[in-house]
Amino acid sequence: MKQVHIEVKNLTMAYGDFIIQKDLNFSIYKGDIFIVMGGNGCGKSTLLRHLLGLKAPAAGDIYYQDENLWKISEIERKKIMRANGVMYQSGALWSSLTLAENIELPLKEYTDLSNEEIQGLAYFKLALVGLVGFEEYYPAEISGGMKKRAGLARALALDPDILFFDEPSAGLDPLSAKLLDDLIISIQASLGTTIVVVTHDLPSLFAIGTDSVFLDSISKTQIAQGPPKDLLNKCPNPVVQQFLSRGMHE
Amino acid sequence: MNKCTFELSLTEGKVSKAHIQGDWVMGNTVPSFKSVKPQLEKQGCVQLDLKSEQLGRWDSRFVLFLFELDAYCKEQSIVLNMADVPSAAQGLLNQASAFPVRDSGQKILEETSSLAQIGQYTLAFYQQTLVMLTFVGEVCLSSLRLLRGKACFRQRDLWLVMQDCGPGALAIVTLISMLVGLILAFVGAMQLKIFGAQIYVANLVGLGMAREMGAMMTAIIMAGRTGAAFASQLGSMQVNEEIDALETLGISPIDFLVLPRMLALIIMLPLLCLYADLMGILGGLVVSVTLLDISVVEYLIQTKSALDLNDFFAGLIKSSVFGVLVALSGCLSGMQCGRSSSSVGDAATASVVAGIVSIVVADATLTVVYQIIDF
Repeated sequence: MKQVHIEVKNLTMAYGDFIIQKDLNFSIYKGDIFIVMGGNGCGKSTLLRHLLGLKAPAAGDIYYQDENLWKISEIERKKIMRANGVMYQSGALWSSLTLAENIELPLKEYTDLSNEEIQGLAYFKLALVGLVGFEEYYPAEISGGMKKRAGLARALALDPDILFFDEPSAGLDPLSAKLLDDLIISIQASLGTTIVVVTHDLPSLFAIGTDSVFLDSISKTQIAQGPPKDLLNKCPNPVVQQFLSRGMHE
Repeated sequence: MNKCTFELSLTEGKVSKAHIQGDWVMGNTVPSFKSVKPQLEKQGCVQLDLKSEQLGRWDSRFVLFLFELDAYCKEQSIVLNMADVPSAAQGLLNQASAFPVRDSGQKILEETSSLAQIGQYTLAFYQQTLVMLTFVGEVCLSSLRLLRGKACFRQRDLWLVMQDCGPGALAIVTLISMLVGLILAFVGAMQLKIFGAQIYVANLVGLGMAREMGAMMTAIIMAGRTGAAFASQLGSMQVNEEIDALETLGISPIDFLVLPRMLALIIMLPLLCLYADLMGILGGLVVSVTLLDISVVEYLIQTKSALDLNDFFAGLIKSSVFGVLVALSGCLSGMQCGRSSSSVGDAATASVVAGIVSIVVADATLTVVYQIIDF
């Protein structure tokens, strides 16, 4: 029996009076690569912000193991947030720091390792994502795909329990996207990290996803749940079918 | 928690064994590869077997250790036997070694001699001057286009910028110029009292504000307020590729973005300057009435006799020139901005520094010129 890592119960998300999604119920299991999918504007990224603890739900709860993310103290929440690694859509690297410094910053803030060890770790994380030799580069000096990988290296800096990806393959060429997918799979396999990916990139979600939830922007709630391949084969909902089989039946 | 150790022992032949123990996680002291290296060198083995039955939990630091060990062994052609190491750690290690080292065109951080540095600075200065002159030239051409009614220029933008840099700045201009008038009056009063010539405080404040301080203070406020805003607006447009988008449409960014900003400042700065002059005189009046026993009417009559319309014009001409300088330095820094968010900050800083320096230099020059032509 797999252990539940994050549980979402009756979650309603809203900006002011404008409801984005309501009645979301799903569990993310330890070691899964969980996909959040849906069309543009359905609230995928908003859901990510809720899961990360950046935005409070309008109603409902989010549990990390047994802790209710929004019922515990700010300090406790910060502690949970620190165990999350996030790769943002455009990398979100700090532009005034070099790649190595970008990775060193969280290590300097939250560990008491020596400078030498921190530099070693930063080098190693950059090696993991294939960016050896670029330590002294500034984010503005590297390409978009490299920024994403550097963003991943930074997300990995503190050996997170859960890794979140916001549209990892957006703006990448098919080969780079494939490389990133492989990287996500191999990191999951070797570290056992739980991975949550927000995406609508079909090849990528079929390649890496082991579980998923589908958000619909019309009914404003989840309309399907389960491994992406099963959804494609078994889910009767026409919206989900259309979404997942784009171009396959033409 | 278990202590983390890496113990080496030499077995038969030239095969070494290493026992790895403990929890290699954050919070524990973990042996660094550097501390192990001398022992390895001493043993001079040809094969190293890693034994990790007693390894507890581990994280990246363990893998980092292996990574460094692996690199060393490859270099010394030692056979590293990792069959016993957790497969997950091996997986990560393979991942880290999987990518070929790409030619990053290694940054060359050469030491340059001081002579060469002076040369580089001179070249950079020359380049910068060229860029600035080109920009000024483009703005001139663009103004000519405007006069012929051919510039792509939205009136709406002009009104918006005018509103922002005119009425929007009234409050701060009021505060600063009143205080400057007050300060001038104080300093003057101390000295003039000695001669019993307190009434001449009015001349001092009136002339000081109208010819110099009114124009200068408003210009400095605008350099900090509006010039920096121009630089960061245009800078973030540069980051978002909005300026490229204009250019590909064949719209000159100078016409579209720089011209309305410059016109707005040329029009609004003299108006603000006039307002500042009056506020400064009011500040002087407050000091004179409260401290020097001069009546309000006396002060105003004295001011009127001391000032001539030319004095106000002298200040207004200056402030128009300052308007051009503030707009130019703000827009130039913005247009030259790099592609990252930190360069937007640099652009704002550069615009304020360039703005204030050029204001003071221009003020000095104009004052000398006025003196020569007896204006």
